[in-house]
Amino acid sequence: MTEGVRANPAHAFAIGTVMTIAAEILRRTPLYALHLELGGKMVPFAGYEMPVQYPVGILKEHLHTRQKCGLFDVSHMGQGFLSGDTAALERLTPADVAGLKEGMQRYGLLLTADGTIKDDFMFSRLAGERDLYLVVNAGTKEGDFAYIAEKLAASLTPRFDRALLALQGPLAAEVLERHAPGISHLTFMNVVRAAVAGAPAIISRTGYTGEDGFEISLEGRDAERVARALLGESEVLPVGLGARDSLRLEAGLCLYGHDIDESRNPAEASLMWSIGKRRKEAGDFPGAASILKGAPAIRRVGLLPEGRAPAREGAEIADKTGRVIGKLTSGGFGPSLNAPVAMGYVETAFAAIGTPVDLMVRGKPLPALVAAMPFVPHQYRRPTK
Amino acid sequence: MSDVRYTDQHEWIRLDGDEATIGITKFAAESLGDVVFVELPASGKAVKAGGEAAVVESVKAASDIYAPAGGTVTATNTVLEKEPSKVNEDPEGQGWFFKMKLTDKAEFSKLMDSAAYAKFVETL
Repeated sequence: MTEGVRANPAHAFAIGTVMTIAAEILRRTPLYALHLELGGKMVPFAGYEMPVQYPVGILKEHLHTRQKCGLFDVSHMGQGFLSGDTAALERLTPADVAGLKEGMQRYGLLLTADGTIKDDFMFSRLAGERDLYLVVNAGTKEGDFAYIAEKLAASLTPRFDRALLALQGPLAAEVLERHAPGISHLTFMNVVRAAVAGAPAIISRTGYTGEDGFEISLEGRDAERVARALLGESEVLPVGLGARDSLRLEAGLCLYGHDIDESRNPAEASLMWSIGKRRKEAGDFPGAASILKGAPAIRRVGLLPEGRAPAREGAEIADKTGRVIGKLTSGGFGPSLNAPVAMGYVETAFAAIGTPVDLMVRGKPLPALVAAMPFVPHQYRRPTK
Repeated sequence: MSDVRYTDQHEWIRLDGDEATIGITKFAAESLGDVVFVELPASGKAVKAGGEAAVVESVKAASDIYAPAGGTVTATNTVLEKEPSKVNEDPEGQGWFFKMKLTDKAEFSKLMDSAAYAKFVETL
Protein backbone atom coordinates (compact mmCIF):
# COMPACT_ATOMS: atom_id res chain seq x y z
CA MET A 1 0.00 0.00 0.00
CA THR A 2 1.43 3.33 -0.91
CA GLU A 3 -0.20 6.42 0.42
CA GLY A 4 -0.04 9.50 -1.66
CA VAL A 5 1.04 8.16 -5.03
CA ARG A 6 -1.34 10.58 -6.65
CA ALA A 7 -2.29 12.71 -3.69
CA ASN A 8 0.17 13.57 -1.00
CA PRO A 9 -1.76 13.77 2.26
CA ALA A 10 0.52 16.42 3.70
CA HIS A 11 -0.06 18.47 0.57
CA ALA A 12 -3.79 18.21 1.05
CA PHE A 13 -3.46 20.30 4.17
CA ALA A 14 -0.60 22.61 3.31
CA ILE A 15 -1.42 26.24 2.83
CA GLY A 16 1.04 27.25 0.18
CA THR A 17 4.09 26.24 2.15
CA VAL A 18 6.42 23.62 0.78
CA MET A 19 7.65 21.37 3.56
CA THR A 20 10.70 19.79 2.01
CA ILE A 21 13.56 20.70 4.27
CA ALA A 22 13.88 17.80 6.69
CA ALA A 23 15.95 19.88 9.07
CA GLU A 24 13.38 22.62 9.27
CA ILE A 25 12.43 23.37 12.82
CA LEU A 26 8.69 23.26 13.12
CA ARG A 27 6.99 25.79 15.32
CA ARG A 28 4.46 24.83 17.96
CA THR A 29 1.34 26.62 19.07
CA PRO A 30 0.64 27.28 22.77
CA LEU A 31 -1.64 24.21 22.67
CA TYR A 32 1.04 21.75 21.51
CA ALA A 33 1.22 19.87 24.81
CA LEU A 34 -2.56 19.68 24.98
CA HIS A 35 -2.72 18.22 21.44
CA LEU A 36 -0.33 15.46 22.48
CA GLU A 37 -2.30 14.80 25.65
CA LEU A 38 -5.49 14.50 23.57
CA GLY A 39 -3.80 11.98 21.25
CA GLY A 40 -3.55 14.37 18.30
CA LYS A 41 -1.77 12.97 15.25
CA MET A 42 0.75 15.74 14.64
CA VAL A 43 1.79 16.65 11.10
CA PRO A 44 3.89 19.44 9.61
CA PHE A 45 1.64 22.17 8.31
CA ALA A 46 2.63 25.67 7.21
CA GLY A 47 5.76 25.47 9.34
CA TYR A 48 3.92 24.26 12.44
CA GLU A 49 3.36 20.90 14.08
CA MET A 50 -0.41 20.67 14.03
CA PRO A 51 -2.97 17.97 14.81
CA VAL A 52 -4.46 16.56 11.60
CA GLN A 53 -6.87 14.52 13.69
CA TYR A 54 -7.49 13.11 17.16
CA PRO A 55 -8.22 9.47 17.99
CA VAL A 56 -11.93 9.57 16.98
CA GLY A 57 -10.89 10.39 13.41
CA ILE A 58 -11.73 12.93 10.72
CA LEU A 59 -15.23 11.62 9.87
CA LYS A 60 -16.52 11.77 13.45
CA GLU A 61 -14.80 15.11 14.13
CA HIS A 62 -16.43 16.54 11.02
CA LEU A 63 -19.91 15.23 11.81
CA HIS A 64 -19.66 16.24 15.46
CA THR A 65 -18.89 19.82 14.41
CA ARG A 66 -21.96 19.91 12.17
CA GLN A 67 -24.17 18.34 14.84
CA LYS A 68 -22.80 19.77 18.08
CA CYS A 69 -19.57 21.67 18.58
CA GLY A 70 -15.89 21.33 17.69
CA LEU A 71 -12.85 23.17 19.07
CA PHE A 72 -10.03 23.92 16.62
CA ASP A 73 -6.55 25.28 17.32
CA VAL A 74 -5.81 27.75 14.54
CA SER A 75 -3.05 29.59 16.38
CA HIS A 76 -0.79 29.11 13.36
CA MET A 77 -2.79 31.80 11.54
CA GLY A 78 -1.11 35.20 11.38
CA GLN A 79 -2.60 37.78 13.71
CA GLY A 80 -1.58 41.38 13.95
CA PHE A 81 -2.64 44.99 14.38
CA LEU A 82 -2.44 47.68 11.73
CA SER A 83 -2.18 51.21 13.07
CA GLY A 84 -1.92 54.69 11.60
CA ASP A 85 -3.59 55.28 8.25
CA THR A 86 -5.53 52.01 8.20
CA ALA A 87 -7.73 53.09 5.28
CA ALA A 88 -4.58 52.93 3.15
CA LEU A 89 -5.05 49.16 3.27
CA GLU A 90 -7.49 49.78 0.40
CA ARG A 91 -4.44 50.21 -1.84
CA LEU A 92 -3.81 46.47 -1.40
CA THR A 93 -7.33 45.09 -1.08
CA PRO A 94 -10.56 45.69 -3.02
CA ALA A 95 -12.59 45.25 0.17
CA ASP A 96 -14.28 48.26 1.72
CA VAL A 97 -11.96 49.02 4.64
CA ALA A 98 -12.92 52.64 5.29
CA GLY A 99 -16.61 51.72 5.49
CA LEU A 100 -16.17 48.94 8.04
CA LYS A 101 -18.22 49.81 11.11
CA GLU A 102 -16.97 49.43 14.67
CA GLY A 103 -17.58 45.98 16.08
CA MET A 104 -17.50 44.36 12.65
CA GLN A 105 -15.18 41.93 10.90
CA ARG A 106 -14.89 41.56 7.13
CA TYR A 107 -13.33 39.20 4.57
CA GLY A 108 -10.80 40.66 2.16
CA LEU A 109 -8.40 39.67 -0.56
CA LEU A 110 -4.82 40.91 -0.46
CA LEU A 111 -3.87 41.63 -4.07
CA THR A 112 -0.59 41.78 -5.96
CA ALA A 113 0.15 44.84 -8.09
CA ASP A 114 -1.42 42.92 -11.01
CA GLY A 115 -4.62 42.24 -9.10
CA THR A 116 -3.99 38.56 -8.48
CA ILE A 117 -4.61 37.03 -5.07
CA LYS A 118 -1.67 37.25 -2.68
CA ASP A 119 -3.78 36.01 0.24
CA ASP A 120 -7.22 36.14 1.77
CA PHE A 121 -7.66 37.55 5.25
CA MET A 122 -10.08 38.86 7.86
CA PHE A 123 -9.96 42.40 9.24
CA SER A 124 -11.79 43.82 12.21
CA ARG A 125 -12.55 47.23 13.63
CA LEU A 126 -12.94 46.85 17.36
CA ALA A 127 -15.21 49.32 19.13
CA GLY A 128 -13.38 52.43 20.27
CA GLU A 129 -10.05 51.40 18.74
CA ARG A 130 -8.15 53.00 15.91
CA ASP A 131 -6.16 49.91 14.92
CA LEU A 132 -7.41 47.21 12.60
CA TYR A 133 -7.06 43.65 13.85
CA LEU A 134 -5.93 41.35 11.02
CA VAL A 135 -5.85 37.58 10.62
CA VAL A 136 -4.01 36.19 7.58
CA ASN A 137 -3.13 32.66 6.51
CA ALA A 138 -0.41 30.71 8.31
CA GLY A 139 1.72 29.85 5.31
CA THR A 140 1.73 33.39 4.00
CA LYS A 141 1.88 35.44 7.18
CA GLU A 142 5.50 36.57 7.08
CA GLY A 143 5.21 37.49 3.40
CA ASP A 144 1.91 39.27 3.85
CA PHE A 145 3.09 41.33 6.77
CA ALA A 146 6.30 42.33 4.99
CA TYR A 147 4.25 43.26 1.90
CA ILE A 148 1.77 45.36 3.85
CA ALA A 149 4.53 47.07 5.83
CA GLU A 150 6.47 47.82 2.64
CA LYS A 151 3.52 49.17 0.67
CA LEU A 152 1.84 51.23 3.38
CA ALA A 153 3.03 53.93 5.70
CA ALA A 154 0.85 52.36 8.38
CA SER A 155 2.67 50.34 11.00
CA LEU A 156 1.90 46.69 11.36
CA THR A 157 2.53 44.83 14.58
CA PRO A 158 2.59 41.05 14.16
CA ARG A 159 1.19 39.12 17.08
CA PHE A 160 2.19 35.64 16.00
CA ASP A 161 2.58 34.85 19.70
CA ARG A 162 -1.17 35.09 20.21
CA ALA A 163 -3.34 31.98 20.13
CA LEU A 164 -6.50 31.57 18.06
CA LEU A 165 -9.20 29.05 18.85
CA ALA A 166 -12.28 28.34 16.75
CA LEU A 167 -15.40 27.01 18.44
CA GLN A 168 -17.75 25.87 15.68
CA GLY A 169 -21.11 24.19 15.41
CA PRO A 170 -24.78 24.63 16.28
CA LEU A 171 -24.09 24.43 20.04
CA ALA A 172 -21.09 26.80 20.00
CA ALA A 173 -23.07 29.82 21.24
CA GLU A 174 -24.65 27.88 24.09
CA VAL A 175 -21.26 26.52 25.15
CA LEU A 176 -19.35 29.79 24.87
CA GLU A 177 -22.09 31.67 26.72
CA ARG A 178 -21.21 29.66 29.86
CA HIS A 179 -17.66 31.04 29.77
CA ALA A 180 -18.31 34.44 28.21
CA PRO A 181 -21.74 35.59 29.42
CA GLY A 182 -23.54 37.74 26.88
CA ILE A 183 -21.48 36.53 23.92
CA SER A 184 -24.42 34.84 22.21
CA HIS A 185 -25.84 38.29 21.44
CA LEU A 186 -23.22 38.68 18.74
CA THR A 187 -24.38 38.04 15.20
CA PHE A 188 -22.39 36.87 12.19
CA MET A 189 -19.26 38.99 11.63
CA ASN A 190 -19.60 40.88 14.92
CA VAL A 191 -16.36 41.20 16.89
CA VAL A 192 -15.74 42.33 20.47
CA ARG A 193 -13.18 42.34 23.21
CA ALA A 194 -14.57 40.16 25.98
CA ALA A 195 -13.36 37.83 28.71
CA VAL A 196 -13.61 34.10 28.22
CA ALA A 197 -13.06 31.99 31.32
CA GLY A 198 -11.57 35.14 32.82
CA ALA A 199 -9.01 35.63 30.05
CA PRO A 200 -9.02 38.76 27.88
CA ALA A 201 -9.97 37.84 24.32
CA ILE A 202 -11.04 39.17 20.94
CA ILE A 203 -14.10 37.17 19.98
CA SER A 204 -15.78 37.21 16.58
CA ARG A 205 -18.83 35.29 15.42
CA THR A 206 -17.06 33.82 12.39
CA GLY A 207 -15.40 30.64 11.25
CA TYR A 208 -14.28 28.42 8.41
CA THR A 209 -16.74 25.55 8.62
CA GLY A 210 -20.02 27.04 7.34
CA GLU A 211 -21.49 26.54 10.81
CA ASP A 212 -22.39 29.11 13.40
CA GLY A 213 -19.45 29.65 15.70
CA PHE A 214 -16.76 31.87 17.11
CA GLU A 215 -13.09 32.61 16.71
CA ILE A 216 -11.35 33.48 19.96
CA SER A 217 -8.02 35.29 19.97
CA LEU A 218 -6.08 34.98 23.24
CA GLU A 219 -2.76 35.73 24.80
CA GLY A 220 -0.67 32.60 24.32
CA ARG A 221 -0.36 32.08 28.07
CA ASP A 222 -4.17 31.86 28.47
CA ALA A 223 -4.84 29.54 25.55
CA GLU A 224 -4.46 26.16 27.22
CA ARG A 225 -6.60 27.10 30.21
CA VAL A 226 -9.39 28.43 27.97
CA ALA A 227 -9.16 25.42 25.63
CA ARG A 228 -9.43 23.07 28.63
CA ALA A 229 -12.46 24.96 29.93
CA LEU A 230 -14.22 24.64 26.56
CA LEU A 231 -13.22 20.99 26.10
CA GLY A 232 -14.60 20.35 29.57
CA GLU A 233 -18.10 20.95 28.20
CA SER A 234 -19.79 17.70 27.23
CA GLU A 235 -20.82 19.02 23.78
CA VAL A 236 -17.27 19.84 22.68
CA LEU A 237 -14.76 17.61 20.88
CA PRO A 238 -11.30 18.70 19.72
CA VAL A 239 -11.14 18.78 15.92
CA GLY A 240 -8.00 18.67 13.76
CA LEU A 241 -6.98 20.13 10.43
CA GLY A 242 -8.32 17.15 8.47
CA ALA A 243 -11.92 17.86 9.39
CA ARG A 244 -11.28 21.59 9.12
CA ASP A 245 -10.45 20.96 5.46
CA SER A 246 -13.50 18.75 4.75
CA LEU A 247 -15.79 21.20 6.60
CA ARG A 248 -14.58 24.24 4.67
CA LEU A 249 -14.78 22.36 1.35
CA GLU A 250 -18.41 21.39 1.98
CA ALA A 251 -19.01 25.05 2.88
CA GLY A 252 -17.51 26.10 -0.48
CA LEU A 253 -14.78 28.16 1.19
CA CYS A 254 -11.43 28.65 -0.52
CA LEU A 255 -8.16 27.27 0.81
CA TYR A 256 -5.33 29.66 0.00
CA GLY A 257 -2.52 28.09 -2.04
CA HIS A 258 -4.99 25.65 -3.56
CA ASP A 259 -8.26 27.26 -4.67
CA ILE A 260 -6.78 30.73 -4.86
CA ASP A 261 -3.22 31.94 -5.37
CA GLU A 262 -1.19 34.52 -7.24
CA SER A 263 -2.20 33.04 -10.60
CA ARG A 264 -5.89 33.91 -10.05
CA ASN A 265 -7.77 37.16 -9.71
CA PRO A 266 -11.02 37.78 -7.78
CA ALA A 267 -13.21 37.49 -10.89
CA GLU A 268 -11.74 34.11 -11.84
CA ALA A 269 -12.01 32.97 -8.22
CA SER A 270 -15.74 33.86 -8.05
CA LEU A 271 -14.94 36.16 -5.11
CA MET A 272 -16.33 39.39 -6.55
CA TRP A 273 -18.71 39.56 -3.58
CA SER A 274 -15.70 40.44 -1.42
CA ILE A 275 -15.17 43.67 -3.39
CA GLY A 276 -16.96 46.60 -1.80
CA LYS A 277 -19.64 48.35 -3.88
CA ARG A 278 -17.86 51.69 -3.53
CA ARG A 279 -14.62 50.04 -4.61
CA LYS A 280 -16.22 48.49 -7.70
CA GLU A 281 -17.64 51.87 -8.70
CA ALA A 282 -14.34 53.64 -8.12
CA GLY A 283 -12.23 50.85 -9.65
CA ASP A 284 -9.42 52.01 -7.36
CA PHE A 285 -7.61 48.76 -6.55
CA PRO A 286 -4.76 46.83 -8.16
CA GLY A 287 -5.75 45.17 -11.43
CA ALA A 288 -9.21 46.79 -11.33
CA ALA A 289 -9.37 47.20 -15.11
CA SER A 290 -8.92 43.50 -15.83
CA ILE A 291 -10.94 42.32 -12.82
CA LEU A 292 -13.94 44.50 -13.69
CA LYS A 293 -13.86 44.07 -17.46
CA GLY A 294 -16.55 41.37 -17.54
CA ALA A 295 -16.67 37.59 -17.62
CA PRO A 296 -13.23 36.08 -17.03
CA ALA A 297 -11.99 33.26 -19.29
CA ILE A 298 -12.06 30.77 -16.43
CA ARG A 299 -14.05 30.58 -13.21
CA ARG A 300 -13.98 28.73 -9.91
CA VAL A 301 -16.96 26.40 -9.59
CA GLY A 302 -18.21 23.64 -7.32
CA LEU A 303 -18.35 20.09 -8.67
CA LEU A 304 -20.30 17.06 -7.47
CA PRO A 305 -18.91 13.77 -8.79
CA GLU A 306 -21.36 10.91 -9.38
CA GLY A 307 -20.97 7.87 -7.16
CA ARG A 308 -18.63 7.62 -4.18
CA ALA A 309 -15.14 7.95 -5.66
CA PRO A 310 -13.49 11.20 -4.59
CA ALA A 311 -11.59 13.21 -7.19
CA ARG A 312 -8.57 14.99 -5.75
CA GLU A 313 -6.78 18.28 -6.25
CA GLY A 314 -4.98 18.33 -9.58
CA ALA A 315 -7.44 16.10 -11.43
CA GLU A 316 -8.20 17.42 -14.92
CA ILE A 317 -11.73 18.47 -15.79
CA ALA A 318 -12.85 17.52 -19.31
CA ASP A 319 -15.94 18.30 -21.34
CA LYS A 320 -18.04 15.44 -22.71
CA THR A 321 -15.89 15.28 -25.85
CA GLY A 322 -12.81 14.68 -23.72
CA ARG A 323 -11.28 18.12 -24.16
CA VAL A 324 -9.59 19.39 -20.99
CA ILE A 325 -11.41 22.51 -19.77
CA GLY A 326 -9.94 22.92 -16.31
CA LYS A 327 -8.47 21.42 -13.16
CA LEU A 328 -9.58 20.63 -9.63
CA THR A 329 -8.07 22.77 -6.90
CA SER A 330 -9.72 20.92 -3.98
CA GLY A 331 -11.43 17.59 -3.85
CA GLY A 332 -12.29 14.99 -1.32
CA PHE A 333 -15.07 13.30 0.51
CA GLY A 334 -17.78 15.34 2.21
CA PRO A 335 -18.80 13.45 5.36
CA SER A 336 -22.03 15.45 5.83
CA LEU A 337 -23.09 14.90 2.22
CA ASN A 338 -21.78 11.33 2.44
CA ALA A 339 -20.51 11.93 -1.07
CA PRO A 340 -17.46 13.30 -2.83
CA VAL A 341 -17.19 17.07 -3.34
CA ALA A 342 -14.75 19.21 -5.28
CA MET A 343 -14.01 22.66 -6.57
CA GLY A 344 -11.93 23.79 -9.48
CA TYR A 345 -11.55 26.16 -12.38
CA VAL A 346 -13.30 25.64 -15.72
CA GLU A 347 -13.61 27.64 -18.91
CA THR A 348 -16.45 30.08 -18.31
CA ALA A 349 -18.65 28.46 -20.97
CA PHE A 350 -18.83 25.42 -18.66
CA ALA A 351 -19.40 27.31 -15.40
CA ALA A 352 -23.21 27.19 -15.38
CA ILE A 353 -24.81 25.15 -12.58
CA GLY A 354 -25.78 21.71 -13.84
CA THR A 355 -23.21 21.51 -16.65
CA PRO A 356 -22.10 17.88 -17.05
CA VAL A 357 -18.34 17.34 -17.13
CA ASP A 358 -15.87 14.51 -16.53
CA LEU A 359 -13.17 14.47 -13.86
CA MET A 360 -10.16 12.43 -14.90
CA VAL A 361 -9.43 10.04 -12.03
CA ARG A 362 -6.80 7.34 -12.51
CA GLY A 363 -7.03 7.85 -16.27
CA LYS A 364 -10.78 7.29 -16.37
CA PRO A 365 -13.56 9.87 -16.77
CA LEU A 366 -15.64 10.26 -13.62
CA PRO A 367 -18.93 12.04 -14.46
CA ALA A 368 -19.65 15.14 -12.38
CA LEU A 369 -21.96 18.14 -12.43
CA VAL A 370 -21.07 21.76 -11.92
CA ALA A 371 -22.90 22.56 -8.68
CA ALA A 372 -23.85 25.55 -6.57
CA MET A 373 -21.79 26.22 -3.45
CA PRO A 374 -21.97 25.89 -0.54
CA PHE A 375 -22.61 22.17 -0.84
CA VAL A 376 -23.87 22.22 2.76
CA PRO A 377 -25.94 25.32 3.63
CA HIS A 378 -24.24 27.93 5.78
CA GLN A 379 -25.69 28.24 9.28
CA TYR A 380 -24.43 31.73 10.04
CA ARG A 381 -26.38 33.62 12.72
CA ARG A 382 -27.28 36.69 10.75
CA PRO A 383 -29.02 39.62 12.43
CA THR A 384 -32.81 39.58 12.09
CA LYS A 385 -34.02 42.66 10.26
CA MET B 1 -5.11 -24.52 7.84
CA SER B 2 -4.69 -21.10 6.35
CA ASP B 3 -1.41 -19.24 6.29
CA VAL B 4 -1.20 -15.44 6.36
CA ARG B 5 1.70 -13.39 5.01
CA TYR B 6 2.37 -9.67 4.82
CA THR B 7 4.07 -7.17 2.50
CA ASP B 8 6.15 -4.12 3.35
CA GLN B 9 3.36 -2.12 1.67
CA HIS B 10 1.00 -3.30 4.44
CA GLU B 11 -1.14 -5.73 2.51
CA TRP B 12 -1.98 -9.12 4.02
CA ILE B 13 -2.57 -12.29 1.98
CA ARG B 14 -4.18 -15.44 3.33
CA LEU B 15 -3.81 -18.69 1.44
CA ASP B 16 -6.56 -21.35 1.70
CA GLY B 17 -5.72 -24.19 -0.67
CA ASP B 18 -5.37 -22.60 -4.09
CA GLU B 19 -7.19 -19.39 -3.30
CA ALA B 20 -5.66 -16.32 -1.67
CA THR B 21 -7.56 -13.48 0.03
CA ILE B 22 -6.00 -10.01 0.11
CA GLY B 23 -6.61 -6.98 2.29
CA ILE B 24 -4.78 -4.22 4.14
CA THR B 25 -3.35 -4.60 7.63
CA LYS B 26 -4.69 -3.07 10.81
CA PHE B 27 -1.64 -0.83 10.84
CA ALA B 28 -2.48 0.40 7.32
CA ALA B 29 -6.14 0.95 8.14
CA GLU B 30 -5.23 2.98 11.21
CA SER B 31 -2.69 5.06 9.31
CA LEU B 32 -5.16 5.79 6.52
CA GLY B 33 -7.97 6.82 8.81
CA ASP B 34 -11.61 6.68 7.79
CA VAL B 35 -11.95 4.81 4.50
CA VAL B 36 -14.67 6.31 2.30
CA PHE B 37 -14.19 4.52 -1.02
CA VAL B 38 -12.59 1.35 -2.35
CA GLU B 39 -11.98 0.62 -6.03
CA LEU B 40 -11.74 -3.13 -6.57
CA PRO B 41 -10.26 -5.03 -9.53
CA ALA B 42 -12.53 -6.79 -12.00
CA SER B 43 -12.93 -10.53 -11.57
CA GLY B 44 -10.76 -12.31 -14.09
CA LYS B 45 -8.12 -9.57 -14.07
CA ALA B 46 -4.56 -10.85 -14.17
CA VAL B 47 -2.21 -9.09 -11.77
CA LYS B 48 1.53 -9.33 -11.23
CA ALA B 49 3.22 -9.39 -7.85
CA GLY B 50 3.64 -5.76 -6.86
CA GLY B 51 1.22 -4.57 -9.52
CA GLU B 52 -1.58 -2.10 -8.81
CA ALA B 53 -4.70 -4.05 -7.94
CA ALA B 54 -7.04 -1.75 -6.03
CA VAL B 55 -7.34 1.77 -4.65
CA VAL B 56 -8.44 2.81 -1.20
CA GLU B 57 -9.51 6.38 -0.46
CA SER B 58 -9.68 7.88 3.00
CA VAL B 59 -11.10 11.32 3.72
CA LYS B 60 -7.65 12.77 3.18
CA ALA B 61 -5.93 10.77 0.42
CA ALA B 62 -5.92 8.02 -2.20
CA SER B 63 -3.63 5.00 -1.79
CA ASP B 64 -2.75 2.16 -4.13
CA ILE B 65 -3.14 -1.45 -3.09
CA TYR B 66 -0.63 -3.79 -4.73
CA ALA B 67 -1.06 -7.48 -5.37
CA PRO B 68 1.24 -9.30 -2.91
CA ALA B 69 1.69 -12.09 -5.47
CA GLY B 70 0.81 -12.69 -9.12
CA GLY B 71 -2.39 -14.42 -10.21
CA THR B 72 -5.93 -13.99 -11.43
CA VAL B 73 -8.65 -12.19 -9.50
CA THR B 74 -11.50 -14.58 -8.70
CA ALA B 75 -13.75 -12.54 -6.41
CA THR B 76 -14.10 -9.07 -4.87
CA ASN B 77 -15.64 -7.94 -1.61
CA THR B 78 -18.60 -6.00 -3.01
CA VAL B 79 -19.75 -5.17 0.53
CA LEU B 80 -17.01 -2.51 0.56
CA GLU B 81 -18.72 -0.59 -2.24
CA LYS B 82 -21.59 0.28 0.11
CA GLU B 83 -19.75 -0.03 3.42
CA PRO B 84 -16.13 1.05 2.95
CA SER B 85 -15.92 1.59 6.73
CA LYS B 86 -15.60 -2.22 7.07
CA VAL B 87 -11.95 -1.67 6.17
CA ASN B 88 -11.48 0.28 9.40
CA GLU B 89 -13.74 -1.90 11.52
CA ASP B 90 -12.28 -5.26 10.56
CA PRO B 91 -9.34 -4.82 8.18
CA GLU B 92 -8.02 -8.35 8.47
CA GLY B 93 -11.47 -10.01 8.39
CA GLN B 94 -14.67 -8.63 6.85
CA GLY B 95 -12.72 -5.77 5.31
CA TRP B 96 -10.93 -8.01 2.78
CA PHE B 97 -10.52 -6.60 -0.75
CA PHE B 98 -10.31 -9.43 -3.27
CA LYS B 99 -9.49 -13.11 -3.80
CA MET B 100 -7.15 -14.51 -6.39
CA LYS B 101 -5.76 -17.75 -7.73
CA LEU B 102 -1.98 -17.56 -7.42
CA THR B 103 0.26 -18.26 -10.38
CA ASP B 104 3.22 -19.26 -8.26
CA LYS B 105 2.89 -20.10 -4.58
CA ALA B 106 6.62 -19.47 -4.15
CA GLU B 107 5.84 -15.73 -4.37
CA PHE B 108 3.58 -16.16 -1.35
CA SER B 109 6.17 -18.11 0.63
CA LYS B 110 8.73 -15.32 0.18
CA LEU B 111 6.55 -12.77 2.02
CA MET B 112 6.86 -11.87 5.70
CA ASP B 113 5.10 -14.00 8.28
CA SER B 114 3.23 -12.31 11.12
CA ALA B 115 6.26 -12.19 13.43
CA ALA B 116 8.45 -10.63 10.73
CA TYR B 117 5.72 -8.12 9.83
CA ALA B 118 5.21 -7.15 13.48
CA LYS B 119 8.95 -6.51 13.73
CA PHE B 120 8.87 -4.50 10.50
CA VAL B 121 6.04 -2.29 11.77
CA GLU B 122 8.01 -1.58 14.94
CA THR B 123 10.80 -0.05 12.81
CA LEU B 124 8.39 2.49 11.24
